Amino acid sequence: MEQAQAIAETGNGAAGAASAQTAAHAIHTRDLNLWYGDFQALYDINLDIKQGIITSLIGPSGCGKTTFLRSINRINERLGYVRIQGAVEVYGHDIFAPGVEIAQVRKQIGMVFQRPNPLPISIRDNVLFGFNLHGEVRRRLHRSEQDEIVEGALRQVLLWDAVKDHLDRKATELSLEEQQKLCIARLLPVKPRVLLMDEPCSALDPKGTEAVEELIWGLAGEYTILIVTHNMAQARRASDECIFMLMGKVVEHGDTADTFVTPVHKETADYIEGRYG
Amino acid sequence: MFAATHLNVQNMRRQSLVQILFMLMTAILILPVLIILATLIYKGGPAISFEFLFSDPRDGMTAGGIFPALVGTVWLVAVALLVSVPLGVAAAIYLSEFAPQNWFTRIINLAIINLAGVPSIVHALFGVGAFVLFFGFGTSILAAALTLAIMTLPVVIVATRESLQAVPLAFREACWNMGATRWQTIHRVVLPNAVSGILTGVILEVSRTTGETAPIMFTGAAFFLPFLPESVFDQTMALSLHLFVVSTQVPGVPDEMPYGVALVLIGMVLAMNSVSIAFRMYLRGKKKW
Repeated sequence: MEQAQAIAETGNGAAGAASAQTAAHAIHTRDLNLWYGDFQALYDINLDIKQGIITSLIGPSGCGKTTFLRSINRINERLGYVRIQGAVEVYGHDIFAPGVEIAQVRKQIGMVFQRPNPLPISIRDNVLFGFNLHGEVRRRLHRSEQDEIVEGALRQVLLWDAVKDHLDRKATELSLEEQQKLCIARLLPVKPRVLLMDEPCSALDPKGTEAVEELIWGLAGEYTILIVTHNMAQARRASDECIFMLMGKVVEHGDTADTFVTPVHKETADYIEGRYG
Repeated sequence: MFAATHLNVQNMRRQSLVQILFMLMTAILILPVLIILATLIYKGGPAISFEFLFSDPRDGMTAGGIFPALVGTVWLVAVALLVSVPLGVAAAIYLSEFAPQNWFTRIINLAIINLAGVPSIVHALFGVGAFVLFFGFGTSILAAALTLAIMTLPVVIVATRESLQAVPLAFREACWNMGATRWQTIHRVVLPNAVSGILTGVILEVSRTTGETAPIMFTGAAFFLPFLPESVFDQTMALSLHLFVVSTQVPGVPDEMPYGVALVLIGMVLAMNSVSIAFRMYLRGKKKW
């Protein structure tokens, strides 16, 4: 239902033309500059991120990759001293346009954090939380409809079999790996277009990392995924395209396989080979 | 190789000395409480009976029971709570969740903490000026309870604010990033996790309100009333004032009577506190993070 609505919206007027033009691009930025107070964190970011694939953001600490990620669902703005210039379009829609409602931006563009942050309520309620936030106040779903949503989301993140018998357990009692999967699952019922992931595996052990990567692969296609990682091996095995950033600028953006084998720029090669960062 | 050196021995001795000293200080703190309780039970215990609790005072308050005072105190505490809890909790939510964190908000917070330190007799005079005279409630339960509410408001606000701020930022972030509004975040996640702390504030308030005498003396509590209050516009007796009256203002009161009143007063506070603490522990047990 919501997707139909989104399509109907894109069919209107100028925005419709824009989206037709950039149909293959989920995220399009034009001369994006960002300052924290006097410190400039992003310089003229011009990126076209393709729809339905996994794009990884790599680069040394402080290069601006997380800042860039956080600009796309506008959570940077919560810090009062952030100043942003330039444009970000998601599926052809300017996210800074005057009529934009932040709640809608966050609904369409989900975010996963470094540390899993499930809410201290049951597993089931965690999955339904976002859905209930955006659902109509008057209409309460039937239990069976809710069950369907919960099962669907948990299956998609490969968590269903592990938790199906105790959906009423506190989510905070799960292992870190399961918590992180749940945090991804609870984004899905509101049908976001883009998933932003800020080092989603850095709090997990190697086994957990593998499991979460596997589920991220499973989500590609249906969702456009942008993932920040410090782990070169992860970027290499778990992304289609790869963006290398350095000192707030984009150095290289290309096919992951090509970038890792034959990087165009010397800085990229140095970083990938572990000479700094 | 691992034997104690001279220095070790010295340090250990110093530690035991400090430990004993602090233990003694704690004992000194606990002792008065025990003595008070023991005295009250020993001297006031014989006065407690069904008749004492549930009958009116007789013979110029030298005999009979305390029923009107008991009922009056319940009225006062209930009305005061009804006013101060919603008001205090709402104010605290605004201050900690909505208000911009700037110098003005900080000044307001500081003012609230200072308000908690205002002597109760000053609150009493404010109550007379504001509720009894200006709003025209007269000396009534309403005026007295409002005065009590104003006096205990800071306790509720501070306790609520602190328990709201104890809810981890990660939960709020999780909500915001799913597109929750501030209010959705507050009533779905922050408040349920702050309830036990807010309850602590309310417990403190109940204890204070039950025992306060000065603020109700001029605003709504009477020395002696032969009937029970029927609405909030009536005057009423109250346990705390009754204690003051029977122990200092009326000649010929039997010895055990003031002790009995005091015992009932303390018993009431302890009973309410125990119930609230039990409830709070139950809520705490349910939350885990």
